[in-house]
Amino acid sequence: MRTFIISLLSVFILGGCQKKQNENIDPDSIFNLQSSWEKPDGTKIKLEELKGKVLTMVMIYTSCKTACPRLTADMKDIEAKVGKQNSDELQYILVSIDPEHDTPERMRAFIKNNKLEGKQWVFLRGSEEDTRELANVLAVKYKKITPMDFSHSNIISVFSKSGVLAYQKEGLNIDINTTVDKIKEQIK
Amino acid sequence: MRNLIYILVLFFSISCSEKQDQKQPKPVSRILTPVADTKKMQKIEGGSYKPFVGKETDSLVKVKTFYLDETAVTNAEFLTFLKANPQWTKSRVLRLFADSTYLNHWKGDYEIPEDVSPEAPVTSISWFAAKAYAESVGKRLPTVDEWEYVARADENNKNAAATPEFTQRILQLYQQKLMYKKPVKQSNPNIWGVYDMFGTIWEWTEDFSSVMMSGESRKDNTTNETLFCAGASVTSSDLKNYAAFIRFALRGSVKADYTINNLGFRCARDAEN
Repeated sequence: MRTFIISLLSVFILGGCQKKQNENIDPDSIFNLQSSWEKPDGTKIKLEELKGKVLTMVMIYTSCKTACPRLTADMKDIEAKVGKQNSDELQYILVSIDPEHDTPERMRAFIKNNKLEGKQWVFLRGSEEDTRELANVLAVKYKKITPMDFSHSNIISVFSKSGVLAYQKEGLNIDINTTVDKIKEQIK
Repeated sequence: MRNLIYILVLFFSISCSEKQDQKQPKPVSRILTPVADTKKMQKIEGGSYKPFVGKETDSLVKVKTFYLDETAVTNAEFLTFLKANPQWTKSRVLRLFADSTYLNHWKGDYEIPEDVSPEAPVTSISWFAAKAYAESVGKRLPTVDEWEYVARADENNKNAAATPEFTQRILQLYQQKLMYKKPVKQSNPNIWGVYDMFGTIWEWTEDFSSVMMSGESRKDNTTNETLFCAGASVTSSDLKNYAAFIRFALRGSVKADYTINNLGFRCARDAEN
């Protein structure tokens, strides 16, 4: 009985200890960003609220005809290969580089058309300033060419559960297997 | 036996609190504290200009009327910002926002190096730090287009870029060394009343990361073509403008956390309409 009490107490105390430490944000974490982001349902979140999930992120825009469909397809392939068994620990994030035109309606249509309806998917848009800031953290470059057309780097980034960049792959038609492996490593 | 439990509990709580003390020396607020700013700004009348880089080289880019700091932000001004916002001092800055050479030449968090004038432009600061400074004084960084629009001017003309002497002079100014240690206002202002657009430091711009170099601008690299969508490569509208080419090459090659000993910034703000 006493051993039981002791172990119970230890677990309780250690557990409490653990929780407090998690409140610290790693100096390299994207959770340090103060920006807030709009979801397709119109609600707003901060990146910090995604703590505890392995994040896979790409920056696109919905009216893009060239690279973005490929990038979205790569994201879907990655998601399929990683599997859904741990979907509470996984978050696939699309961030708009055209927040002016990518309204919540557009984001919802994009999600529907591309069958990204599971809770593991989220589409975000922010202010132009915050979008540039996030892009600079990811080393994603983009430029408005015409009012509806952007050029942009094609980068898929993977973040640890504490928001620290774990892996980046740049390019189209990439080998997604390494990205898949890196995501699996982060879930462990 | 009961005593043992107490001892154990005590032991665990102590080890727990100790750990926390070590982990969190002093929580520093991540929220910016506003800073008073007395720097003179010049009104820049809007207009259109032909950008150096662009896919449609024939099209003109419109620049709205805005205000631009007459000089770069100085070490003394940046020190004031640091005192109000210790989260941006060299010992506290997050690695996410600045690489390891951030304020490299400063001896301590609040010590401007002896061989550098307090009135010299602050350098070795990242884009994130420049952006935070601008926000703290209620301003923003100028865009590439705004900066280049003002950079076309000499003492007498709003657009001197077409004259060969203008580019020649800038290239000569670019060859001077260690100018970042000298006070701002090293030469006469241009027709807008803006000082030192050339020859002292390079300057961050809000959207510097809109400058892309693709396979087309570096013929030796074909694999790069898949890195960018829509292929907006560097297609220069004016191949003789080497000075602009140097600036765009720099913008295309830095990342937002980079700090360089001759890269600083000045602030801008929208004109009230």
